[in-house]
Amino acid sequence: MHLESDVLVIGAGGAGMYAAIEAARAGASVLLADRSLIGRGGATVMAQMTVAVALGEQTPDHWEHHLADTLAAGRGLCDERLAAILCEEGPARIREMDAWKVGWAREDGHIKQAHAPGHDRPRCVYVDFLATGPAVSRTLRAQAHKFDGVRRVGDLMIVDIVTRDGVAVGAVALHVSSGETVTIAAKSVVIATGGLTRLYRRNSASLNMSGDGYALALRAGAELVDMEFPQFFPIGHLAPRLVGMDPIMWDPFRYKLGGKLLNGEMREFEADYAARDNRSDGAYVLTRDTATYAITKEAEAGRGSPAGGAWLSFMHIPPAEIRAAFGPVVDRLAENGIDLATTPIEVAPIAHYHMGGARVTPDFATNVPGLFACGEAVGGANGANRLSGNAITEALVFGARAGQSAAARAKAGGGWSDAAARGAVDLLASAKRRAGPNPAATIVRLQAVMADKVGAFRTGEKLAAALDDIDAIARDIGATPMRGEGPFDPVLLDWLDLRNMVLVARVVAMAALARTESRGAHQREDFPGMDDNWTVNQIVELKNGAPTLRVAAAGGRA
Amino acid sequence: MKATLAIKRGAAGETPRVEKFEVEFESGQSVLDALRMARRDLDPTLAFRFACINANACKECMMLIDGEVEYACKAKLREGETALAPLPKKALLRDLATEIAPPEERLFRPTKS
Repeated sequence: MHLESDVLVIGAGGAGMYAAIEAARAGASVLLADRSLIGRGGATVMAQMTVAVALGEQTPDHWEHHLADTLAAGRGLCDERLAAILCEEGPARIREMDAWKVGWAREDGHIKQAHAPGHDRPRCVYVDFLATGPAVSRTLRAQAHKFDGVRRVGDLMIVDIVTRDGVAVGAVALHVSSGETVTIAAKSVVIATGGLTRLYRRNSASLNMSGDGYALALRAGAELVDMEFPQFFPIGHLAPRLVGMDPIMWDPFRYKLGGKLLNGEMREFEADYAARDNRSDGAYVLTRDTATYAITKEAEAGRGSPAGGAWLSFMHIPPAEIRAAFGPVVDRLAENGIDLATTPIEVAPIAHYHMGGARVTPDFATNVPGLFACGEAVGGANGANRLSGNAITEALVFGARAGQSAAARAKAGGGWSDAAARGAVDLLASAKRRAGPNPAATIVRLQAVMADKVGAFRTGEKLAAALDDIDAIARDIGATPMRGEGPFDPVLLDWLDLRNMVLVARVVAMAALARTESRGAHQREDFPGMDDNWTVNQIVELKNGAPTLRVAAAGGRA
Repeated sequence: MKATLAIKRGAAGETPRVEKFEVEFESGQSVLDALRMARRDLDPTLAFRFACINANACKECMMLIDGEVEYACKAKLREGETALAPLPKKALLRDLATEIAPPEERLFRPTKS
């Protein structure tokens, strides 16, 4: 099957849906493709609570204060142009979402803003506990629906971006539910596929956050930046087993109720580490990199909770107060045998977000003409560590900008040829039922390598071993796609995911091995402390099929 | 301890068959956990939909669990046998995966009959 549109947007999370809406507003025809269902997969729908934006509704604020916090958290590596766009244009997008009736929580006649770690004042809007992401997704999906120019197609997995003479002209996709190969001619292409957290064993991601966009960008000839910086969320749920709940659910509990983080000796320990971060003042303020460090170090010192994390206790809070704040959730916790008034739960760091991604200009153009990126798929805005609440803001702001740029470019772009698509079409056609490792088990194997050797705390030895392990996995899965039976063939899907995951895993490990210092989310046990010589970004591109690294001046200046 | 999943399998147009998968039972696991274990350890061709894994946010893992429509990520696994089948009122794709997207968000839109 062959489709045509002015703009192809890959991924229907917050960034992709906003890009589609803006491109359509500019008069472009848009194909909004998602490998899952429209507006249901990806990271946006998983967002628990906070969206950082200098609205000044709760307390006077200015986007430059938000920018100062963002740059400080990024530890010298932010692309200041992108960070400034995020902070300056955030209010307009948040107010547009308000006009679209997303339902930001209000209090005393104004939008309520909560104080999140790393921010200098209350700045984070939200819808409600466990409801911000679904509300944002639902709102954007409804808006996208209003534009006739936006064709929305789920179950459409983009396999490769098609380039002709170095220009992006479309893509080749697998239609999951029919098994058909689909070619898509597009005058501009927007990558909005989110992050890579599925590379890790414990993650807060959707199934479809396999780093697809980074692999698509690399293979199309685009550069990536800051790939050594996956973010770990410090207090992901660890134990007891909890079903039907997001593992990062404890963040809103801490915003509303405080809660005490205790080590295995039932002693509070955050203050012991707060001095490492001069922005902390003792409340729930430890930035994510410092909190991850604190929990991991306590566990390593033999002071972890039984399952190897830390205790999070709300036992000092009157049960009535817990119920008032989180009524229905308290019942769902009870179904899981958890009573916060009498029992602490266990938490531990969990892969949550990726700071790195496609290297783009302030128009969200990559170095490949016709190829744009937005949302978490973009690198640079958050440097070495992302502030709480910046992810949804960047999804909306960057999505809108990328959509506008892609629509403008579509007036000039184009140049589809079947010949240029042949490589990816042939790849899908070559899929075989063949002997080989169980691809579902191989994904688990790769996740273990990444968690154990390319996790929050790294050494040169472990990273080098990880690269060997990744090479071995690449050899095991081979270059010919494995298939079971189509349509809806999970073997082929896993193999295509592994093709992307192996490439992206290698890039993360390589960049982490090269960065011989500790900064933000990248912590090297063999190179503790920041090194001023490393106040640079690492850029990745494919050369003759192999990822290569170089450094560039930080701040987006080179 | 073990749990057994008795899964109604097959693609559209095929005669459905029930296959049984025995997985380790760990208290507190979800049915979706057991399905993912079955793919990892026993049969990677087993098809079912899910995206968000455990958050009950994507709403994709709905199926018939012992005859009741439930989300596999919210249904607790029990010891012994659990019967799984695709949603009966949705077009079957394969095994437990059905066509659940709204018609206007599909590649092939259903023609009016």
